[in-house]
Amino acid sequence: MWDNLQLLFVWAPIINVQVILDGIFVGAVFALSAYGLALVWGVMNIKNLAQGDFVIMGGYLAFALHQMHVPLVLILLIVMPLMFIFGWIIYVVMIRRIIDQDMFVSLLATFGLSLLLQQVINLIFGPEVQTIDMEMPVYDAFDNMVTVPSSKIVTLVLAGVIAVAVVLFMKRSRAGQAIRATAQDPRAARVLGIDIDRVYAFTFAFNAALCGAAGVLVSIIWVIQPFYGITYSVRSFAIVTAAGLGNLPAVIGAGFGIGLFEKYTGAILGTAYEVAAPVCILLLVLIYRQIQMRRNRQVVR
Amino acid sequence: MSMTNRTMMTYAGLALFGIFGPILFPQYTLTIAYLWMMVLMASTWDTLGGQMGYNSLGNITFFGVGMYVSAIVQISFFYEGGVGEYTSAMGSIKPEFTAAEYFWGLGLGILAAGIVGLLLSLVFSSFMFGLRGPYFAIGSLGLAIAVAEITITINYVGGASGISMPLFPGDIEFRSTFFYMLCFAFTIVSHFLLRWLYSTQFGLAANAIRDDEDKAEAMGIPTLAYKRIGWAIPAFFMGCIGAVAGNMAGFIDKEVAYPIPTFGIFMVAMALLGGKGTLWGPVLGAIIFHVVKEATWTYLLNLQWVALGLILIVNIVYFQQGIMGWLQTKYPELFGIVVDTSNIADGDEKEAAR
Amino acid sequence: MFMKHGIVAAAALAVTLATPALARVDGDTITLGSSISLTGKYATNGLHTQRGYDYAVKVINEAGGVKVGGKSYKLAVKYYDDESTPARGAQLAERLIQQDGVEYMLGPYSSGMTKAIAPVSEKFGVPMVEAEGASRSLFTQGYKYLFAVLSTSEQYLATAVDFAAAKSSDPKSVRIALAFEGDPFSMDVRAGVMDKVKEYGMKVVIDDQLPADLSDMSTTLTKVKALKPDALIISGHSKGAATAARQIDEMKVNVPMIALTHCEAAKVQEKFPKTANGFLCPTQWVETLSKSDAMFGSAADWNAGFKADYPSYTSVPYQSAQASAAVYVFKEAFEAANSLDKDKLRDAISAVEMETFYGDIKFSAQGNNIAKPMFMRQINADGTYGLVEKAGDMVHPRNVAY
Repeated sequence: MWDNLQLLFVWAPIINVQVILDGIFVGAVFALSAYGLALVWGVMNIKNLAQGDFVIMGGYLAFALHQMHVPLVLILLIVMPLMFIFGWIIYVVMIRRIIDQDMFVSLLATFGLSLLLQQVINLIFGPEVQTIDMEMPVYDAFDNMVTVPSSKIVTLVLAGVIAVAVVLFMKRSRAGQAIRATAQDPRAARVLGIDIDRVYAFTFAFNAALCGAAGVLVSIIWVIQPFYGITYSVRSFAIVTAAGLGNLPAVIGAGFGIGLFEKYTGAILGTAYEVAAPVCILLLVLIYRQIQMRRNRQVVR
Repeated sequence: MSMTNRTMMTYAGLALFGIFGPILFPQYTLTIAYLWMMVLMASTWDTLGGQMGYNSLGNITFFGVGMYVSAIVQISFFYEGGVGEYTSAMGSIKPEFTAAEYFWGLGLGILAAGIVGLLLSLVFSSFMFGLRGPYFAIGSLGLAIAVAEITITINYVGGASGISMPLFPGDIEFRSTFFYMLCFAFTIVSHFLLRWLYSTQFGLAANAIRDDEDKAEAMGIPTLAYKRIGWAIPAFFMGCIGAVAGNMAGFIDKEVAYPIPTFGIFMVAMALLGGKGTLWGPVLGAIIFHVVKEATWTYLLNLQWVALGLILIVNIVYFQQGIMGWLQTKYPELFGIVVDTSNIADGDEKEAAR
Repeated sequence: MFMKHGIVAAAALAVTLATPALARVDGDTITLGSSISLTGKYATNGLHTQRGYDYAVKVINEAGGVKVGGKSYKLAVKYYDDESTPARGAQLAERLIQQDGVEYMLGPYSSGMTKAIAPVSEKFGVPMVEAEGASRSLFTQGYKYLFAVLSTSEQYLATAVDFAAAKSSDPKSVRIALAFEGDPFSMDVRAGVMDKVKEYGMKVVIDDQLPADLSDMSTTLTKVKALKPDALIISGHSKGAATAARQIDEMKVNVPMIALTHCEAAKVQEKFPKTANGFLCPTQWVETLSKSDAMFGSAADWNAGFKADYPSYTSVPYQSAQASAAVYVFKEAFEAANSLDKDKLRDAISAVEMETFYGDIKFSAQGNNIAKPMFMRQINADGTYGLVEKAGDMVHPRNVAY
């Protein structure tokens, strides 16, 4: 550990740039799927444990399209609607029936969905690690100490574009307003003539589409495997817990925060701790919020 | 606690099955041992999860910690080199324990595993019970993942290479029977402890906490103390059964000790399947789940997880009250005729009254 | 009450719903049992292994099967999916032996799984020929019924350290970076590497343990770039190899020597042709090996036949080859023992001395194959593998233009 600290801050401080950049790329992708989770959690009180598997599913759809030589932008434009439809179907088949239930019901039902998705992906695509190689140039700086593949820049830009589009959509469009209204007070929204069921269906489908987009980006900058979903689910939960529900800037902030924390933990303590890092952050946030609430004699609920 | 004839008959039936099952079908001894283990997991999960409404996804932590603690005790008590030397040799050291040494080590190991599990639950209690609902569930899942990830970085307990457990002194049949009896015994003890506990004030307080914790507290119930007990009991039994499971497996590492996506979730699914918040629900759920699981694993190779995922979804989406609740709504007359409500100590009636 | 009756009924059902016990020899079929990873983290290699078993069974059956006591038997394999979890593997091994009546076992994939299953087959005295568990610690336990056709894992990457030493005028000045997954196999490979590193007095500048689910090892590689070691050594099964290759490319990691396990199994030469150029890959078997047998022909013949059955492979992973060899050992042993008795079979296996397409097979008293060397290969610019027998054969430094 001491060696690593020296390396980071004395011998080669320039690699901090690389660690920070990696943290940002990681965070951007996490933020996308976490925002989807925050939406369904905030609007319809569903805690979706299959979030990570939606991401992986999007990744595999992208992989399949790439095999057919579909260009990147088109892949995104095809995967998002496909995932939207898929999300809508899942809503109709199962989510609609558990929406007013005990919170544990949604956790377990979506865990079942997660098992199912992993397995179906495994049966269709096989268990091999896959990736989309865009064969784009890699930029380097500082004597090759910092490298930035253009594929990562492209994905960061895409993530930004999607985030801006989501904000505009939520603020300006009628559907977005209906979602926000429902999140605030479903009964009042119903009285005012909003079709709650459709709003829920749309929200869940929208979440699936966002996860699909995140999955496309993941398949371009990292690798995907049918069983990798759980790590994305855990990170999404950590981010949402830290950021609260329905607040996109906070989710993006928390996404970057967790990305950076993970990378610095890896760089200082060793890669072995990189999986434990977001979990520990989650626990710390929960403990901190309990202390905060205890002052007012309240609990975290 | 008074028992009806029916309850007596159920116990008699289960006891007969428990004793004669492995004698009549010796090849299934360990399969049935796993069945009891799952009954224990689901029933003890229900203490905090079902009775008290704190849905923990992290009870498997105590299972894994118990497994490692008993390994340390069993090895270090009778091997002079100590655990560090044993593990750093990566399996090339094979201490020969005498039978007496082995059984003493095992006994002490199981006891230590239970106690450490219990103490650990008290530590967790100090910072987890300010969390409610989903936050408690996710927080406890986080604890399990964190403990598992940290275990494999500790070289003292073999790190990522795992530990080979001491060899059982005795032949295979005796070994199977011995571990079977341990599983069976722990399940019986835990069942009767819980049965007694739910009939005391604890049961009432636990259900009050589940239904409305704020009101319970306002009425002067020491909720935190009850919640601590409610987690300490499953922690103790999970620790003990973890120690037994480690010795049954013969080799332990992170995957064996912390099966979070399997047993960690299964125990909850089993309790929900049977009907949580009741004494018998988790038992029924565990038995059905185990049978279905073994059957799909045997007959649906490659599709077993698909089947399991579907079962979970169908169970939770369409039978939210568990099998028991579903039966009650579907055939109330059956229950109306059969149930003698004055003699059933569990939450059955409450479930029906809802 | 209804439900309590249900409990007893369900418990009784638990027993009656069981599989009908297959006889170990059913008519003219000998059933071998194997729990194999078809899902979970080892699934890629579990599949390579299963295909190896299936191919060998097919070839042997087509050639007339196994002749015991003047009668011809067909081979069949009964599989269960162990989900890459050792506890499940041990449970399934017991089920194979006790409930399905299997008396001859083929191994699972990976050292961790074999460690979990070997105590079970040993307990029941069921001979197990395994092809995928290479950890040294498997052969220090005194198992009598465990036989492995492959070389042990400390040999995987130790040669790479030798090469690094040979390429330097002063081995003591050589700086090594290590990145190993946290699982029993990789830890054992690491132990072999560390022994060599200590022998030469080299300096380990990075020693990272990779978590099992990690799809991103950029932090380790960032440190590698900053510290510029002379050799980077990686082990993490197929997904470790794929992740490493992908990110070495993206981060333009310019280490003169990179050695990693499971190149063929992860198909790195195919998926990352540019980066993979110059990777050193240990292998248990090469298709150019000049060994042959009566059943499968030469190594090249086996390779061609296997590819014809499974055309998705450009370079066949050695995992499949050794799986076929394990089945072949059973055939030879059955015929040598001329009996279906498992103890006679066990003695016949321990006495086996044969040349196969996979190399020579002869088991030590501990059960590991001592007649077969490991090989080191380097990936060429065109994606083919070239054998590296001594340091001089190696392209050094790695010649990659990012």
